[in-house]
Amino acid sequence: MERNRSLALHGGALLILFLLQFVLPPYHYTNFTRIMVLAVYGIGYNILIGYTGLLSLGHAMFLASGMYAAGLAVHYIGVDPVSAFVLGSVAALAFATAVGLVALRTTGVSFMIVTMMFSQACYLLILYFNEVTRGDEGIAISEAARQIAGFSLTNPILRYNLALALFAGALILCYALIRSRVGRVLIAIRENEERVKMLGYHTFRYKLLALALSGLLSGAAGASYALMFGYVGATFAAIEYSIFALLWVLLGGAGTVLGPIIGALLMFYLVEWTSDVTESYRIVVGAALVLLTLFFPKGILGTLREKRLRWLP
Amino acid sequence: MSLGPHLLLALMEGTVAAFVLALTALGLALVFGVMRIVNVAHGEFFMLGAVFAWTFAHLVGNPALGFLVAIVASPILVGGAALVIDRAILRRFNYQPEATIVATIGLLYIIQQLALEFYGPDARSVEAPINFRLQLPWFGYSGYKLVVAGISALLLLATWYGITRTKLGLVMRATQFDSETAQAFGIPVDRVYAAVFALGAMLAAIAGVLIVPIKQAYYMMGLEPLLLSFIVVIIGGLGSLRGAIIAAFVIGISDGVISVFFSPNLSKILATLLVALVLVFRPEGLFGGKAAR
Repeated sequence: MERNRSLALHGGALLILFLLQFVLPPYHYTNFTRIMVLAVYGIGYNILIGYTGLLSLGHAMFLASGMYAAGLAVHYIGVDPVSAFVLGSVAALAFATAVGLVALRTTGVSFMIVTMMFSQACYLLILYFNEVTRGDEGIAISEAARQIAGFSLTNPILRYNLALALFAGALILCYALIRSRVGRVLIAIRENEERVKMLGYHTFRYKLLALALSGLLSGAAGASYALMFGYVGATFAAIEYSIFALLWVLLGGAGTVLGPIIGALLMFYLVEWTSDVTESYRIVVGAALVLLTLFFPKGILGTLREKRLRWLP
Repeated sequence: MSLGPHLLLALMEGTVAAFVLALTALGLALVFGVMRIVNVAHGEFFMLGAVFAWTFAHLVGNPALGFLVAIVASPILVGGAALVIDRAILRRFNYQPEATIVATIGLLYIIQQLALEFYGPDARSVEAPINFRLQLPWFGYSGYKLVVAGISALLLLATWYGITRTKLGLVMRATQFDSETAQAFGIPVDRVYAAVFALGAMLAAIAGVLIVPIKQAYYMMGLEPLLLSFIVVIIGGLGSLRGAIIAAFVIGISDGVISVFFSPNLSKILATLLVALVLVFRPEGLFGGKAAR
């Protein structure tokens, strides 16, 4: 019964996103495409913070590693987009595993500090190899390089549905993960790592797996973003993008499958809407973070789950 | 200039930077040590110190007098802001570590935005309070930078004295050691936390005041000292004040030398690699005990 309800909810959400493409005006059409890709990054982040309880402030490095691996391969070597997407995702997976082997040796707040400084080092590396990456200015990838089987990735309809397919894949992966035995161990680590250790689980391996999956999804989002929107830039590696992921997940509800997209959607339009009134997004993002911690720590879906929908995954 | 004097100059620059970094990182380490929280907005207190220093220098007109006013008034203003933040936000969720991180990230953005609104997007410099130049055989060296090193050294000593030799320091250490027992013995833990948070912010603000005749005041300048302080406290061992200060000198001086000979970005990248190495061999940091985690 509960299983059916939650399957219906998540299937319904995907169906709504599919149907929206027939009614959305062009401007919002592109926005939704972007939000779905970024929500994949959010889902990746959520696997780590929401389900495993590890607070990272350096996820921009995984987003950027996928983005640069795919973008540079297409731009300089002329790799086709599908291979570039695979390359970007695998690169992020490998990178996240390597980072995890070092960073997961720390616990608690040290993990946050270490991921943040590694991410900043990546950002500086991108600036340092300015001749290849063109630093802050970034690289525009030509339309000619972004063709799949004769179809251009600048085609909005193709782009929307690819983004939806990617988002659906990430959603299903996340859903399946937390319903699996491994997922339950991750949640147990979040609740009480010492006890999980006591039960004989090698928690380091599980945390490493969570970080690797999280990096994979972040990298897949970064690679897709580069290929779909034809731009690769250092801003995506800056600390802002790590904070955005945190904000989306906390707003939507950490540890809920649909939380990241709800958070990303709300923040995207909130920043958009307030930028008509004030000049900058900083005060909106800052105030949102402070208010969330003070009055709304569980986020939207987290609060709903607590009050009404106990079955929400 | 040949290599020898060039290296000497780089070492001197690095040492001055290391003193300022030690002050900033000490503030962060103190807050973590006693309260077990990470203040991500710590760099913004540094930035506010610098921005206030420019404002006071601008209002007063005379560089020396402006500097004197700034070095007293800026930390007081920043400390006051920290007290308000402690009361209005951090205490409400009882200094829960994750919530503190998220809230202080929010504060980082809010403080940056306020600085942008009231101070503006420009980087502005302040005239040094003294014009004295130390004339070495190979180059002249700004006397003000020696003043910076001197004031920092005094403040580091004063903090050390305060923590190890005074009643207030004893109360702080007792709270750090076991806050519940301290509370049971009648120590007002709440007020100790507020004082420590303000003290940490004031140390960062003084570092900001000191740096502004050397570097320009800019609303985005807080991120670099924050990240350097993070590197320092991780290498030194989270919560270890001695570790933080030793690491500040290692990182500050090597940062100065690598920045002069190669590039500032490269030196930050290398410092991060050093952190990775330290973590592989000593996850608790060079001077951190198991209890510091």
